[in-house]
Amino acid sequence: MAEADVYPYIPNSVPEVKAQMLRAIGISSVEDIFAEIPDHLRFKGELDVPGPISSEYALRRHVEEILAKNKDCKEFIGFLGGGVYNHFVPSVVTTIMERDEFLTSYVGEAYADHGKWQAQFEYASCLAELLEMDAVNTPTYDWGMAAATAIRMAARISGRSAALVSASVSPDRLSCMKNYGFSALPTFGTVEMDPETGLVDLDDLRAKMTDEIAVFYYENPSFLGAIEHQGSQIAEIVHGRGGVVAAGIDPITLGVLEAPARYGVDIACGDIQSLGIPMSAGGGQGGYVATQDEPKFFHEFPALMFGVTPTIVEGEYGFGEVFFERTSYASREQAKDFLGTMAQLHGIGAGVYLALMGPQGMREVGEGIMQRSAYLARQLDALDGVKAPVLSAPFFKEFVVNFDGTGKTVAEVNKALLERKIFGGKDLSTWFPGLGQSALYCVTEVHTKGDLDALVGALKEML
Amino acid sequence: MAITKVRKNYHQARWDEPMIFELSTPGVRGIIPPAPEAEIVAAVGDVAGGLPEGIRRSAAPALPEVDQKHVLAHYLHLAQETLGSNLHADMSQGTCTMKYNPRVNEDLAADPRFAHVHPWQDDDTMQGILQIYYEFEQIMKAVSGMDRFTLQPGGGAHAVFTAASMIRAYHRDRGEAEQRNEVITTMFSHPCDAASPATAGFKIVTLMPKEDGYPDLDALKAVVGPHTAAIHITNPEDTGIYNPLIEEFVKVVRDAGGVCFNDQANGNVLLGIARTRDAGFDFCHYNLHKTFAVPHGGSGPGTGAMGCREEFAKYLPYPTVEQDEGSGRYYLDFDRPESVGKIKGFLGSAGVVLRSYAWAVMMGPKGLRETAEMSALNNNYFMELVKRIPGITAPYAEGHRRLEECRWSWQELTEETGVGTDDILRRVGDFGLQHYWSSHHPWVVPEPMTIEPCETFSKEDIEEYAAVLAQIAEEAHTDPEMVKLAPHKCAVRKRAAEEELDDPTKWATTWRAYKRKQGMA
Repeated sequence: MAEADVYPYIPNSVPEVKAQMLRAIGISSVEDIFAEIPDHLRFKGELDVPGPISSEYALRRHVEEILAKNKDCKEFIGFLGGGVYNHFVPSVVTTIMERDEFLTSYVGEAYADHGKWQAQFEYASCLAELLEMDAVNTPTYDWGMAAATAIRMAARISGRSAALVSASVSPDRLSCMKNYGFSALPTFGTVEMDPETGLVDLDDLRAKMTDEIAVFYYENPSFLGAIEHQGSQIAEIVHGRGGVVAAGIDPITLGVLEAPARYGVDIACGDIQSLGIPMSAGGGQGGYVATQDEPKFFHEFPALMFGVTPTIVEGEYGFGEVFFERTSYASREQAKDFLGTMAQLHGIGAGVYLALMGPQGMREVGEGIMQRSAYLARQLDALDGVKAPVLSAPFFKEFVVNFDGTGKTVAEVNKALLERKIFGGKDLSTWFPGLGQSALYCVTEVHTKGDLDALVGALKEML
Repeated sequence: MAITKVRKNYHQARWDEPMIFELSTPGVRGIIPPAPEAEIVAAVGDVAGGLPEGIRRSAAPALPEVDQKHVLAHYLHLAQETLGSNLHADMSQGTCTMKYNPRVNEDLAADPRFAHVHPWQDDDTMQGILQIYYEFEQIMKAVSGMDRFTLQPGGGAHAVFTAASMIRAYHRDRGEAEQRNEVITTMFSHPCDAASPATAGFKIVTLMPKEDGYPDLDALKAVVGPHTAAIHITNPEDTGIYNPLIEEFVKVVRDAGGVCFNDQANGNVLLGIARTRDAGFDFCHYNLHKTFAVPHGGSGPGTGAMGCREEFAKYLPYPTVEQDEGSGRYYLDFDRPESVGKIKGFLGSAGVVLRSYAWAVMMGPKGLRETAEMSALNNNYFMELVKRIPGITAPYAEGHRRLEECRWSWQELTEETGVGTDDILRRVGDFGLQHYWSSHHPWVVPEPMTIEPCETFSKEDIEEYAAVLAQIAEEAHTDPEMVKLAPHKCAVRKRAAEEELDDPTKWATTWRAYKRKQGMA
């Protein structure tokens, strides 16, 4: 008789142990338990799935051989951004995120899981300092979900059901917002961007911002890279009609860019992946939503909110759920939207990142990125037929590069760059046809002058 | 044989840890970001300094200023004050399937050929991760019997929302969007089966269980009709009770023109045992962070792998992952005009999919079935031990066996001693076990406790857990005040002001709010 299969992850798979348990239960086979399932609904036979690859070493070889078919932004020089960013990941962040204590925790109470609650509280607190806002959610899935949550909150706050969105928002993010926002905000309008600067067209906003509009959502910097400096004027227009200002903001910019609370943003949102979380093919996302700690805003958060609170020991910090009744865990369909497993580990990582960076680190990383991106734009603009940046507003790490004058499409340029181990910028020709053959380039602190010059050299060679 | 040990002398780390902000000294640094080269600085100057008025940062953010060793130590302390499931017998978090999260999968996810991939790279440079998505979809199809899957939803509630969006589109295309505005669910299905469709715009009808705990078919027949858009139902429900009439439920809803969604969050026990498609469902989802051994991350990132029948596949979020039959090349298909669009950025939680694939192929078909069998066997062994404890009962389904979990009731003990489930679950933490999950709200089972001893727990783990519960039940009689004051040996003691967490003048979810409300700012 063949030896029984014993699985390293299933201790009771040992036949003798199994037999003892069956005896204790008083059944002869596990089939006596599955008798609860009508026989005709039982699956007969063996699942058509690969494996087993029982040996850990063999499994590693198998998966690594598949992963070897990928190219990555360590081996290649990458200029892709658009919401997933190739920023530096500090070792301390990796160490903490890999700890089994945090990694394999879930929804335990704030006693045995006290440390997780404090880490989340501190994450929210650090982000709050960047934004100068007093309330930050436990992370939701990503920026798209955060933006959708922000506009749904605005709909409830204002009692209105139409949204205005800046024309430069990423079409993928807009799709997410529309899909999630649909039931609360069936009407979406667009506010044009100034084609020269890339900024919000204030005249168009003024014309479209009626008393029916719940919220105006824009991004800073915009998806196309423009740093929006008209925030106060935007807020004046929107607030003047009783609307809510929601803005998507990449938090890594906030060492050099103004805190959104200071230019009239009511609900800030965005992605925390920039803050020390690896790209992981888009798996590193985490959405934040922030407001001031005023009941009319706070009441509308769907997420868990962790609050600091006293314990029976003098001076000890305890934690607990704040205003839990808001959530669907407490109130099912009566809740503010829904809640579930989202992205808390990335919150912990981002908190560690901000604690390491401090105010000086955040300022330096921002200043350095702006210098690198300005340098690259200048070098690219000097190439025959290339225009960079296309939009005249100041930019942070992303900017639009136009290739119309080269007679080549972005697809052709990127294909040639790929042969030189460079991932060119995101092709915008489908999403923003008005920009012609343009691409969105992203530069971060990981790029050296050599990397930037390599791109310029490669383009010079091929164009 | 291994011993069974009740950890009476356990004590969690208690660092009395300050807030990171309290460790801050102006000018101290934790890390230096890479500076641009002098040539770059010389060429472009102070770019940030040239920003227009009003957008240049006017005051530095009040982030902590802490050196690297103390940042590391602080977070290591907080880690030690957190009881992750890999550290102990975490069958506490019933419905959550807290199985072992293999370390090898973490190594694979940290591989630079995955971790440094940007999702907008050319498909030809992502053949590895696309292959994993494609092959994992085939595994999910085999496990469930469904025709297509999306791996984009970020969790179970998100998968339920995605399905509700697709169901909305389906009824719209049939001209019935206005009419079919109700989603039916049951009280023992997860709250998201009510909240997610509600967010998608549906009215919710919740069926209460029958007296014997089974879902009520007559109640369903009474509410189903021309307004029914769908039913979102769990099976087995959070009670661990398998609904043997599940096909009838599906038929009643289908006959009325509705769509049938099976929330398979509790699907661990059905791997290779029963497929959701065979009970007639149109949609289902599995939580990869539960059934497929992916770490829960403190509550994400996760994935709700959502499957459907071919008829609904055109509505799936874009992009799907396809394989060219001729060349074998994998590619992303964005050209899906009837798609509901994006529900999450990019490809979803790719690291979760990678880990799930690795776990599934390591287990293979027999291992998946062994997983299901052992989760049922473990639960029934646990029940055998726990049902002997005075004061606890397993309400409902008399004479039937539970599958992978059970929702217990401490009502008798509470009536006898005044010690309730909230006290007992805090006390459990004093023995090196996670505080157990009582129940979602509203509590239908009085003084509830939901335990799921899935397949990676040993016989000794199960015996340890049952012995701890027996001891606490005894303590409830001999020293009830001690139990009510628990925990005593966790990282912190009991909260002293629960009411402040609902008081806007007192609550504080950030340090700056705390300082302001405490008058420290």
